[in-house]
Amino acid sequence: MDIHLSGAQATPAERAAIDALLGRPTSRWRGGDREHAADSRYAHGGQSARARRHLLLPALHAVQDAVGHVTRGAVDYIAQRLTVPPADVYGVASFYALFEMHESPPTVAHVCDDVGCLARGAGELIASLERTCGPAGSPCADGRATWKRSPCLGLCERAPAALMRRAGEGRTDATLAPATAGMVHDELHGTSAPTRVMDSVPQRGESGLRLLSRVGVVDPTSLHDYLSHGGYAALAHAFLLGPEGVVKEVTESKLMGRGGAAFPTGVKWGAVLRASALPHHVVCNADESEPGTFKDRVLMEEDPFAVIEALTVAGFATGATMGWIYIRGEYPEAHDRLAHAIAVTRREGLLGDNVMGRVGFSFDIELRKGAGAYICGEETALFNSIEGYRGEPRNKPPFPVSEGLFRLPTAINNVETLANVLEILKGGSEEYLKLGLDSSRGTKLFCVAGNVTTPGLYELPFGATLRELLALAGGIEGGRALQAVLLGGAAGSFVTAEDLDVPLTFEGTRAIGASLGSGVVLVFDDRVDMRAIVRRIARFFRDESCGQCVPCRVGTQRQEEALGRLCAGASRAGRDEALLLIDDLDRAMRDASICGLGHTAAVAVQSAIRKLNLFAVEAP
Amino acid sequence: MSGEPREMTITVDGAPVRVREGATLLEALRAHGVDTPTLCFLENLTPVNACRVCVVELQGARTLVPSCSRKAEEGMVVSTDSERVRHARKLVFELLGSSVDLSNAGPEVARWSARYGADPARFGAPAPAASEGSRDHRHAGHHAAPDPAVAQTVAQPVKVDNDLFVRDYSRCILCYKCVEACGGDAQNTFAITVAGRGFDARISTEFAAPLTDSACVFCGNCIGVCPTGALVFKSEFDLREAGNWREQDQTVTRTVCTYCGVGCNLELHVQDNTIVKVTSPLDHDVTSGHLCIKGRFGFEFVQVRERE
Ligand SMILES: Cc1cc2nc3c(=O)[nH]c(=O)nc-3n(C[C@H](O)[C@H](O)[C@H](O)COP(=O)(O)O)c2cc1C
Ligand code: SF4
Ligand code: SF4
Ligand code: SF4
Ligand code: FES
Ligand code: FES
Repeated sequence: MDIHLSGAQATPAERAAIDALLGRPTSRWRGGDREHAADSRYAHGGQSARARRHLLLPALHAVQDAVGHVTRGAVDYIAQRLTVPPADVYGVASFYALFEMHESPPTVAHVCDDVGCLARGAGELIASLERTCGPAGSPCADGRATWKRSPCLGLCERAPAALMRRAGEGRTDATLAPATAGMVHDELHGTSAPTRVMDSVPQRGESGLRLLSRVGVVDPTSLHDYLSHGGYAALAHAFLLGPEGVVKEVTESKLMGRGGAAFPTGVKWGAVLRASALPHHVVCNADESEPGTFKDRVLMEEDPFAVIEALTVAGFATGATMGWIYIRGEYPEAHDRLAHAIAVTRREGLLGDNVMGRVGFSFDIELRKGAGAYICGEETALFNSIEGYRGEPRNKPPFPVSEGLFRLPTAINNVETLANVLEILKGGSEEYLKLGLDSSRGTKLFCVAGNVTTPGLYELPFGATLRELLALAGGIEGGRALQAVLLGGAAGSFVTAEDLDVPLTFEGTRAIGASLGSGVVLVFDDRVDMRAIVRRIARFFRDESCGQCVPCRVGTQRQEEALGRLCAGASRAGRDEALLLIDDLDRAMRDASICGLGHTAAVAVQSAIRKLNLFAVEAP
Repeated sequence: MSGEPREMTITVDGAPVRVREGATLLEALRAHGVDTPTLCFLENLTPVNACRVCVVELQGARTLVPSCSRKAEEGMVVSTDSERVRHARKLVFELLGSSVDLSNAGPEVARWSARYGADPARFGAPAPAASEGSRDHRHAGHHAAPDPAVAQTVAQPVKVDNDLFVRDYSRCILCYKCVEACGGDAQNTFAITVAGRGFDARISTEFAAPLTDSACVFCGNCIGVCPTGALVFKSEFDLREAGNWREQDQTVTRTVCTYCGVGCNLELHVQDNTIVKVTSPLDHDVTSGHLCIKGRFGFEFVQVRERE
């Protein structure tokens, strides 16, 4: 392969940003290495430079952060340094919403217009922003800033939300929630707005909490604090049990994945432990982009050392030497907390060679940041993203346990799943099994948002009813009537007041044709325009489809159009035609798409049509 | 390791079929004479299983599976013409037919579309074509709400940026074949890629630069694999534009390329005593269907009769 460059030159700022990541090129050969300092003799253009392709996404972030967009010169320079063809660099960069491929102002406000925020005033916020700063994408503040619409930012409990991104030296990203149009306007004009502090965890400090027990109790930047609250007891116990023992304990606990697919974690770990190809990898899936979901963010922000410890346990149990945390790009605070926790644990011998004194157990963690792509939460898309390819899901089989990250045996788990492992090891699986119902054991985090009195993250044993959960959140705000609850996120479905007694378990929700998904409980009162909500969901899938397979790439587009016709008030014949199309699309996407995004792209839409009877014909 | 490849038995539409170990379901179906539509599959490329038109129903699987990439396993029970299979295939043809110009995609595509009763028009009249270059620069993620009265398409002006071939992406079904042929499966040039995301995904060079400014070496191997006529010889494009492309009047002559000693087989497509395009057989053991710029495009001198 020959790298053909356009001749565009990277600016000094772009080079500096890329060199800061990759190291300065030590030879005049392309791809000069960051690992081999003194190299002037041989070219790194070959295998060894290509093996660094996984640095492509971090390199693109470096450029975006430095100058606010990805230029031709920067693409060429990255291509040269990593021996990745410029077309490939471009193909990857243009896949992500957070990379600007055209000249763009250094300050950008990403304003959430997704379902949770729509229920809490995002529509008004955006309308007012349009008046003061112009339409989305137009320059404001003398061309130094702009704002854009964003899908869910994972801040729904404090809706409406915005994410401020700033490029240039000394840059910082920051979230703004709850946000007002005035605050966003001020931030765009360089005067930082005062933030209102709001509690994301109303149960904070209560006894009986497990996954949330340390939230608000420990200092999330202090390893010492974590250790004095039971930190690293789980890893110590894991060392006593040995890898097989840990897998056995986790299997017996019946722990099921909390990322949405509810797969038994013990089975997954056992398969990786036994896999013969080496080395093994463990991955913590912190992409959390399902609209309405914010649980993993809270855990990472408030209890980051627990995430590190849990991933280390997973590494020990599966015989892995390398762990990865893939966090969505919209979580600056959680990212920094994790980065800090990794640095501290590494310094204290809790990562690296002979972890915590265990001779022969070497394990380290890399933190990787997504760049605005829901699909990268799908496990195989996530692998491709880390590896420096477009975040397109792979066909399964082969499954990650045999061919995952870098085509090696990989155990990938959601943040909340991993948090449960600490509880299981500390208390034993027998104790763990005491909580819950049916095969849904332990406790569950619920992301309660929308029109409730006290939105926030709640922890309850599996089996509590939806009614109980809503009561805990203070009921519907202002005593209004409940219109609908979106259970499980955009990939989940709508339920109504008649379903309030459903036990919140995997089985219970399945029995009413819904799903627990990622624990989203998004509440809509009787004022919310549900048609707008459903259209937003259809738009979400159209925006987030990776575009690889026909049923989903074109199907999500056609679904949005058909829904648009329904909302525009079609004739009876037109309505029936559109409903039939949506049915047909649903079946094809469910049956023939490659991944879960396509499989579920019509689920919420269908449940809105059926359950909420949104497009009923008016009586003549 | 034993020398003899092992065989196994699967059931296809109720009948037992013996296949060699490691074969895909598609190989089994073809050997058994089941006509199975494919769009993104080609023998000489790595399966990307993206178009989903080859799906079959596999007993015990929650969703349909792509026969082109799914390996056969002992005891598998497969249905190729169930209601679910027919529905999925019909929808794929409808979705493509409603968004892409398939008029040069060949008789098989038309035949399959008809077989499954595809009616692309039911999604509405096509939206106006995109202006030049606008699809090339769509940002991933948020987009303005579409006009629900019409069906969005990939229609856009043809890209003519060199003398040898044109790119008519209004005909592109995004099968990834050209990207594979240009990249690791044949040419190792990596001039083109899939860019963007979702319905806005497209084949592109870096920043949509003209081919002449890209890494392209004009081997034409992308043309050789394109199933829909999105990538065509300039000679073919011009004749089609003039309404003078007459495949039925063309002869195909097999010969060996004279430029070097490799021995690539060429198929010269001749109309009115003029070479109009050059292909190479997929099953040729030297080329696997792939050529270089000389074999592919270096035919002009043959037909220059006068020297001035
Ligand atoms: C479109 C899509 C998005 C997903 N996003 C996430 C995500 O953000 N976080 C997550 O943990 N799992 C997500 N998943 C599920 C993962 O593919 C995978 O099942 C999960 O990470 C496994 O971990 P678990 O067993 O601990 O749940 C997603 C799946 C799909 C199809
Ligand atoms: S279902 Fe959608 S997101 Fe998944 S692979 Fe297909 S196009 Fe991509
Ligand atoms: S002509 Fe050859 S090098 Fe150029 S894009 Fe096509 S396959 Fe790639
Ligand atoms: S240009 Fe042709 S070969 Fe390339 S993706 Fe489109 S249809 Fe497939
Ligand atoms: S942050 Fe707006 S919907 Fe989640
Ligand atoms: S031919 Fe099998 S998915 Fe396209």
